[in-house]
Amino acid sequence: MGKSFAIAVSVIALLSAGVFAARIWWLPPDISALGLRIDGQLAETMVFTGVLFVAAQLALAAFVWQSTGRTATIRLFPGGPMPLVGAATAIVGLEVLALVFIGTRVWSQAFLTPAPANAIHIDVQAGQFAFYFRYAGPDGKFGVPHPELINEGESNFFGLDPKNDTAARDDIVSASLVVPVDQPVLLTMHSKDVGHSLFIPQLRLQQDFVPGLIIPVHFTATGITKTEIVCTQLCGLGHYNMRAYFEVLSKDDFAKWLTDQAGQ
Amino acid sequence: MRIELVASVALCALTSMALTPIHHSAGGTVAGKVTYTGTPPKMKPIDMAKEPSCAKEHPTPVMNESVVTGPGNALGDVVVYISAGGPASAPPAAQATFDQKGCQYIPHVLALQAGQKLEIRNDDQTSHNIHPLSKVNPEWNKSQPPGAPPIEVAYDKPEFIPVKCNVHPWMHGYFAVLNTSHSAVTGDDGSFSLTGLPPGKYTVTAWQERFGTQSQEVTITGNETAKLDFVLKATEY
Repeated sequence: MGKSFAIAVSVIALLSAGVFAARIWWLPPDISALGLRIDGQLAETMVFTGVLFVAAQLALAAFVWQSTGRTATIRLFPGGPMPLVGAATAIVGLEVLALVFIGTRVWSQAFLTPAPANAIHIDVQAGQFAFYFRYAGPDGKFGVPHPELINEGESNFFGLDPKNDTAARDDIVSASLVVPVDQPVLLTMHSKDVGHSLFIPQLRLQQDFVPGLIIPVHFTATGITKTEIVCTQLCGLGHYNMRAYFEVLSKDDFAKWLTDQAGQ
Repeated sequence: MRIELVASVALCALTSMALTPIHHSAGGTVAGKVTYTGTPPKMKPIDMAKEPSCAKEHPTPVMNESVVTGPGNALGDVVVYISAGGPASAPPAAQATFDQKGCQYIPHVLALQAGQKLEIRNDDQTSHNIHPLSKVNPEWNKSQPPGAPPIEVAYDKPEFIPVKCNVHPWMHGYFAVLNTSHSAVTGDDGSFSLTGLPPGKYTVTAWQERFGTQSQEVTITGNETAKLDFVLKATEY
């Protein structure tokens, strides 16, 4: 019984680590300027934690195997349990800290560095249960949103005031996030109601919407694609249905798309 | 005795005929056209990309329907109804139907009488959550998955109720719950016709969701058709 348990533990540990090592279930190919470094960081974390996981499971299996059939006496570690627990906590803590320090280099590139000056600014609003994306339009200026003016029935999803605010008149509102390739993009993310999350696996980008905050996020897409954005924060009844398209176009196609949208 | 009985039965029959709302074919008619002056707002196309089963039902994008116009400044989806002076009538037995198809409300504006049975259907392959934003009548919202049986409701008090879908933000319509059975919703040509009006003096009101209401008085003396046109003031923003 003990020996078969030891075998089962070893097999489960090696198989589950093998799935990751062989990259059978991995993220979709990345199309982000930062993707390579993010994936590198992810792989590093996997190796760190994976080696410890396999070692711990195999050690467990070895002890079980060795002790099977023997009458065990529980003995304390020399010096009592405190130093052992203390040492284990310190080792694991140092490992986590090391990962954080190494990871910060990539994290700061994505979240702590301001977007490049030539970034295209797109305003993103999440609401139950759809995303809307706003571009400044031909005048290059955003109209000021007034939440009390939001009227979805009249397609005024952002609460713009075109009557009094001339900058708002040419704002382009799209249900899809369309961006040009190889060009930095700055998203300012805000929510109309509850918490939502924007997840674009190909960009290695996931950011929550927090009601009351405007959260800046920037990225550069390096490949032409059309994929799906799904909300990854349970936001209510229609959460399963909250999605949008993410489209990366060539610079010419993007310019044409923007012109078409402005004409509508 | 026998003659009296026959006479009273005949009288009863006549009286009930006079009181039934089916009596509409006889009587006067108010007919005309609703148009606008000024510049109406530019309607934007609706992007249904997030709901492919609906998007594929529309080869060309559907436009926002909050202002529907036709040739000659005609204004569609305007509710024209007798707002005062109308004969009291029981709600019609026929039920009103409001359909969800292609992630749109059909019709966009539904006129019905207070107390009239209303059937809400979902003819889409996706779930809807219908939410009429009533203030005078009790407010409710109900989820309706594909294939679910129709929702049956009635509104007791007159009210213009905006209707939205909690799942698809662009879906938008109106229930015009009226005190009268004499109502019409204009088509794209802006025309309307209220029939079966007994002689009397009436106030006729036209309502459009963005341009508000306008009322006029009209007198019907017999079986004639009184012509009545409305011109609503459109604003661009």
